Amino acid sequence: MTETSDHEHSHQHSAGHQHPTQPDQDDSITYFKAMEAAVRDLLIEKDLITAEQIREKIEQMDARVPANGAKIIAKSWVDEEFKRKLIANPRKAISEFGHDIGPLHLIVLENTEKVHNVVVCTLCSCYPRWILGLPPDWYKSREYRSRVVREPREVLQEFGTTISFDREVRVHDSTADMRYLVLPMRPKGSEGMTEDELVPLIGRDAMIGVTEVTV
Amino acid sequence: MPQFAVGEKVRVLSQWPPSPPIHCRTPYYIRGCSGIIERYCGDFPNPEELAFGRIEPKNLSLYRVRFKQHDLWDSYQGGLSDMIDIEIYENWLEKL
Repeated sequence: MTETSDHEHSHQHSAGHQHPTQPDQDDSITYFKAMEAAVRDLLIEKDLITAEQIREKIEQMDARVPANGAKIIAKSWVDEEFKRKLIANPRKAISEFGHDIGPLHLIVLENTEKVHNVVVCTLCSCYPRWILGLPPDWYKSREYRSRVVREPREVLQEFGTTISFDREVRVHDSTADMRYLVLPMRPKGSEGMTEDELVPLIGRDAMIGVTEVTV
Repeated sequence: MPQFAVGEKVRVLSQWPPSPPIHCRTPYYIRGCSGIIERYCGDFPNPEELAFGRIEPKNLSLYRVRFKQHDLWDSYQGGLSDMIDIEIYENWLEKL
């Protein structure tokens, strides 16, 4: 027997004969998970919200993916007028894509030959979720949050991104009511590409600012 | 109405919130540092009240303040033009 899930043998299981089991994939119940479950159950029990409403919200949240952001970026690369609008009034510009950002404000940070922008939330995990979906785990990690503000160039290097010394690295700490979307530079070699062809080039990490877009 | 204008030099208060502890959106690393108002972002409910579920939190002006990285960290490894922009509420800022 190996420690895999293969279980093709003919003998009878009896007490005292135990096979190794795969570790449970679920995390243990932490204090806050227990509290969340208790509050959720209470809200349902008191008819303030329904289980269906919670499920719908989760479904909505899961439907938000970085490709939504990529479409916005690709359009701004091929449509100078849209790019101008996106930077001047992001709320209005992205409403054309059907995204409603609610009470929060979006700031679009344009990368140029002179400036490279990178976003962090040192206090928690503020992130433009309606456009990019849920933030990656590294974005929420203490390591990223504490290091990118004091040694951004080293952190970018670890993502494979080298920013030349004469180009400004501008870190944006998302501490309050603003949310940030980095508008990466259109990569060299993409000149002949259409908007639809550009979309798959634009990854989540480039819109956070830890990578640049390449062809 | 915002008290500070774009380009104005400001300092972040170097203080810890009074007791009892409050919810505070001013990162520790920036307290006491000087920067320039990059933009006024609008007025938003004071997070220090909002966090405690007060029914009508006071609105406060929110700014983005730009700091030079070399002013913040003694051993900063990067160009002189490297910056960090942080959102800070008016009650944490003073005129320089």
